[in-house]
Amino acid sequence: MSRAAIYRLLAVAVFLVAIFWFIPFLIDVTGRWNFYYTLTSVALLSVASAGVWLTFYIGRINIGQGAFALIGAYVSAILVTKAGISFWYSLPLAGLFAGLVAVLIGLPILRLKGVYFAMITLVLTEVVRLAALALPITNGAKGIVSIPLPSELSVFDITIIPDFSTIENPKLAFYYTACALMVICFAAMYRIVNSRLGQLCRSMQQNEELAASVGVNIAYLRVIVFAISSFLGGVGGAMFGAIAQSVYPSSFVVKDSIDFMLNCFLGGLGYVFGPMLGTLTLYFGWDLLFELGKYQLLVYSSVLILLILVLPNGLLSIRLNRFRRLRS
Amino acid sequence: MEQVVANGIYLGSQYAMIALGLTLIFALMNVLNFAHGQMYVIGGFVTYTFYGQFQMPFLLALLMSCLTLTVLGALIEKFLFGPVIRRSAREESTMLLAAGIAFLLDAIILLVFGEKQRGVPKIVDGVFNWDFRIIMPYDRILICALAILSIVAFITFMQFSRTGRALRALAQDRDAAQLMGVNVNRYSMIGFALGAMLAGLVGGLLVTITGVNLGMGGPTSIKAFLMVMIGGAGVISGAIVGGFILGMLEAVGLAVLSQYGDITYLVIFVALMIFLTIRPQGLMGKPWG
Repeated sequence: MSRAAIYRLLAVAVFLVAIFWFIPFLIDVTGRWNFYYTLTSVALLSVASAGVWLTFYIGRINIGQGAFALIGAYVSAILVTKAGISFWYSLPLAGLFAGLVAVLIGLPILRLKGVYFAMITLVLTEVVRLAALALPITNGAKGIVSIPLPSELSVFDITIIPDFSTIENPKLAFYYTACALMVICFAAMYRIVNSRLGQLCRSMQQNEELAASVGVNIAYLRVIVFAISSFLGGVGGAMFGAIAQSVYPSSFVVKDSIDFMLNCFLGGLGYVFGPMLGTLTLYFGWDLLFELGKYQLLVYSSVLILLILVLPNGLLSIRLNRFRRLRS
Repeated sequence: MEQVVANGIYLGSQYAMIALGLTLIFALMNVLNFAHGQMYVIGGFVTYTFYGQFQMPFLLALLMSCLTLTVLGALIEKFLFGPVIRRSAREESTMLLAAGIAFLLDAIILLVFGEKQRGVPKIVDGVFNWDFRIIMPYDRILICALAILSIVAFITFMQFSRTGRALRALAQDRDAAQLMGVNVNRYSMIGFALGAMLAGLVGGLLVTITGVNLGMGGPTSIKAFLMVMIGGAGVISGAIVGGFILGMLEAVGLAVLSQYGDITYLVIFVALMIFLTIRPQGLMGKPWG
């Protein structure tokens, strides 16, 4: 095993220990229980952002993740409240449904490129919100409320995940679930990026026509990638709905879609773990600025603009530059 | 029927103006200006301040709106978009910047003008009534006429003035324009300022009818994107056609579909998707690749 691989494994181990043991330990000691909610949100938002990042990877600017998160949240909520299906089954179903919608919508709109694709995905977010308001099954502006907490998941009478309503601390349970989701998601992302599919994606990002001319089936590939991306958005949204125990048409709006995109940009588009870092930075930055009251948005947006002026290629580009300098 | 057409023309004239500014900025710098709706809101608030609060003549207030947005647009281009376009490795960075600017303008509007819905007194009273077939308040007719007049003035400016020619050259081919001696940086700034000015102008016009509030920015931007997609991005005629088509569709939708609830935009979007599968570059846009 090469030295780089060992370092990588060590880093992953440290990261896992940090999120599953150290952070709960710290919160336990300091007693700041509200941090769980913040970190759970970060983990779930980074899952949805990872989807956006994947569409960036094939050279498309996706500002429609809010739409798929909303679809996922509604599908899960409807399955749990109306059909009585366990939340744990509704979670993948929500993702699959979002993926299916993505295939249907993606077939026409993925032919668009650059700014055109960005515009239509942005409009898509708004349209899904309007659809949620208009359709009878989504209960309009009132939304779906008092969704029960996730129930027990057992295989052959062996409890894998206990009923959340019987746990004394559902916040901690949600935190673990969200972190597990995030870890699985980013492991899968890492695997995708370093697979044949990832290489094909990179070829598409650089030049679609050239890729097509050497035999890459780009029409098929971009729909697949868009479906994976939306699957992640749907899963993230469904989990969010379960935590809030309610879904409204305004649960995910255009601002959220733009935030997902900003998370990816800020973390850096060239790095798989960019969305995670970007989400953490943006979410915590926004929360920290809460003390400033009405100046919150002003300071937040100014910092954002300054960041893009100073680091036009994302946060992770700092670290990489230093590495290169050390090596040379 | 006549009423629906009249409503469509009225809506379309405003929409076309909003789309014009957006498409101008897009054509010149390849920037998707997320902050366009916010610029429109600022224009509305400036007119409200001068006309509604300080009791100045309406046209003067409108002029102040244009002036404010021109300066704002020029500053944004000079200090934000210009440097980022020159330095960043990927052109998508400008979108992050545009989103940041949209947030920033929202914050500024919140601090300067507050979050209340604001309206101004009517500029002219009375209602035009043609045998109960077309009923429309006089102020709407006036605003519609002013909007169409501004569009004509804008097209004339782009066609026949020296600046307009330079801007069109820039939109066609940046490098070639530079080789022909067009000062690219200066005209980028002028173009951006002009696009922002159009947003401010239509904001100032519309404050007399719909009023203005903080939350209008985002939805306005989205409508502008829709129009640009219908007409084709970066083409002046496309923006005007797209604006009028969307205005007409909205008027028809409100008249026909209102019994089914608020689904006009849902239907418009589905129609747009089908349209884009047949013609991805919009009505007037040039095919790429």
